[in-house]
Amino acid sequence: MSEAVVTRTPAWKLALIGVGKVAPVFFVLLVLIVWITILNPRFIEPTFFLNFLRRSAPLMILAAGQLFVVVSGGFDLSQGSLVTLTVLAGALLAFGDPATTWWVILVLYGIGLLVGVFNGSVTSFLRVPSFITTLGMLLTLKGIALLWTGGAPRGSLPDNFRAFGRATIDDVPVLGRLPWAVIILVLLAAFFIYLFHRTVLGKHALAVGDNQRAAALAGINVHLVRISAFTISSLSAVTAGILLGGFSGVSINVGDGLELEAISAVVLGGAALLGGRGNMPAALAGALTLQALFTLLNFLGLPSPLRVTVQGAIIIGAVGFAAWRAVRAGHERGA
Amino acid sequence: MHRLLTALTLLFVLAGLTTALAQSGEFYDPEQLAFELAAMDMEPEGPEGQPWIQAIAPEYIDTSEYATEGPWTVCFSNAGVNNPWRVVGYTTMEAEVELHPDIATFVHVDAEGSDNKQISDISGLLASGDCDILIVSPNTTAALTPAVEAACEQLPVIVFDRGVNTDCPVSFIKPIGGYAFGAAAANFIVEQLPQGGNVLALRILPGVDVLEHRWAGAERIFADAGLRVVGAEFAEGSNAMTKSIVEDYLQLYGTIDAIWMDAGATAVAAIEAFEDFGAPYPIITGEDQQDFLLKWQEEGLTAVAPTFPTYQWRTPIIAATMILSGEDVPSFWVLPQPVVTQETLESYIQPNMPPLHYALCGCEDMPGFPERWGGR
Repeated sequence: MSEAVVTRTPAWKLALIGVGKVAPVFFVLLVLIVWITILNPRFIEPTFFLNFLRRSAPLMILAAGQLFVVVSGGFDLSQGSLVTLTVLAGALLAFGDPATTWWVILVLYGIGLLVGVFNGSVTSFLRVPSFITTLGMLLTLKGIALLWTGGAPRGSLPDNFRAFGRATIDDVPVLGRLPWAVIILVLLAAFFIYLFHRTVLGKHALAVGDNQRAAALAGINVHLVRISAFTISSLSAVTAGILLGGFSGVSINVGDGLELEAISAVVLGGAALLGGRGNMPAALAGALTLQALFTLLNFLGLPSPLRVTVQGAIIIGAVGFAAWRAVRAGHERGA
Repeated sequence: MHRLLTALTLLFVLAGLTTALAQSGEFYDPEQLAFELAAMDMEPEGPEGQPWIQAIAPEYIDTSEYATEGPWTVCFSNAGVNNPWRVVGYTTMEAEVELHPDIATFVHVDAEGSDNKQISDISGLLASGDCDILIVSPNTTAALTPAVEAACEQLPVIVFDRGVNTDCPVSFIKPIGGYAFGAAAANFIVEQLPQGGNVLALRILPGVDVLEHRWAGAERIFADAGLRVVGAEFAEGSNAMTKSIVEDYLQLYGTIDAIWMDAGATAVAAIEAFEDFGAPYPIITGEDQQDFLLKWQEEGLTAVAPTFPTYQWRTPIIAATMILSGEDVPSFWVLPQPVVTQETLESYIQPNMPPLHYALCGCEDMPGFPERWGGR
């Protein structure tokens, strides 16, 4: 909890201190990138690496949102189906008409806001464990998406909607083709790091996840913090949906399993699954690591069912490592 | 929470292992392959322009023992309505029911992709005693065989789409099959690449017989022609995964000359990967989804689209009324399975239909078209 104590250090320094504590993920990421580069030297060329970042952007943004919920002591399992709903509803509302893009995006964020506030309120005021609340929300959103579209996608996303996830700025010096999604990713990452490490909200979220009673006694509005965390998570899911729909087009399974990938990424980034500890750059790196791992498995020619297996092994490994570290550090509470 | 997580992770591992194991199964039947390849060139019997009541090399059986007075109750145990292909198919089937005033009641039970649910669905339908005839679209072959056998003892049964390991149903209805599908696509690629080249195969999932047959039908053709299959990847029907995999292969090999697909739903995503990469379009095989056909026309692709026609959902209803009227039906009802080619492409494009509408629904003259199928 040293983040809460030091308040005058600049954000980037704080982030670095945090990174130092949860460093393993950065080493893993580095090893994976080196490994991929050995198999395919072109991977590290700017254009291809930016392409890889574009592909990773949705998961990184999801992980950033998920981190707020996880450090405050919850889970958001509804992210994936909110991504699906975003893509399907976007296609249905826009029906390929470029003139609709802006209000459609507004409507989608409106839906995200509703979902987040609902998740947070039920978890806070009714004291339903977030696991149950968001699992229910997962099913509800999926049901709405299928009911609304009749089980098969209808309509399509116009090109100016898809541009966010697909378009590139060509002939940028040094970088080559620069995807819009990467620019969006960099801006959002900076925003999330600021929000998490430099604002009251981030610190309160950590405090609530660490010890809810103590946080309440210290005068923190626990309900407000929870609701904010879930709202950030839902809005990040809508953003990821807009990018994914842009990247790959409309399909009914676009968001399947993304919530678990986001949780894996956050855990991989050293966040404590019961809340109270977490770091934004590391969580973003966790998402990038997962994506790099999938790419590596592809390059190695391993069958894709192995992806799920590897993902499971990572969660066990990361949780085990965190527990071992906590024990070694002599903490009372394990991770 | 810890225990829950452990359970979750265990689930992940198990899911991974079972799919990995399922992959090692062998799905290659040379006799069936030979039959299907021959069937593609046979002239079907039946009225021109209505492929859903045509049949290839049919052997009719007498059904007079099942004849009863209408109105009838037709019951349907459906494996699921869980993908766009099945959505289009089931919509077509519902419309077909309306064309038959003798069918007073149509009972549909959706197994939602679960063997267990479908087994209990079937026994529930049997116990109700209301059904005059039962149509089954089995979720998986082996698991549903006993349930279908039990049903055969009580009433006439029609099986379609996927099969069962018993010949007790009065009629088994399906298009020519997966081997012919896979072979049609592979042969096209081989013809287009006389000098050889890199082929990337994109598949949905391992272990599903219909899909395994498609790959089994293609694999040997590529091997015999000496084409280099740089990869056969499972993209789980996901656009994003398809696009990522194609990008990775483009990076790794520089050029991919052809893409072979076992299902067309993600074909457009694969094509977009080439666009975004700045690589020339590959030779590509898809299916009869509107989005792919439209892309094919707009970009002037070198493409072919074998089909697994959704008009097969009309046939079981027609067969049911034939059986209940005591008319002869083919016991093994093989429906024609057209291949969309450059020459026929134009006639299958329907810009007013949804992106994943299947052109071969045979539903254009049915009540409620096109709104009922999501068109406008």
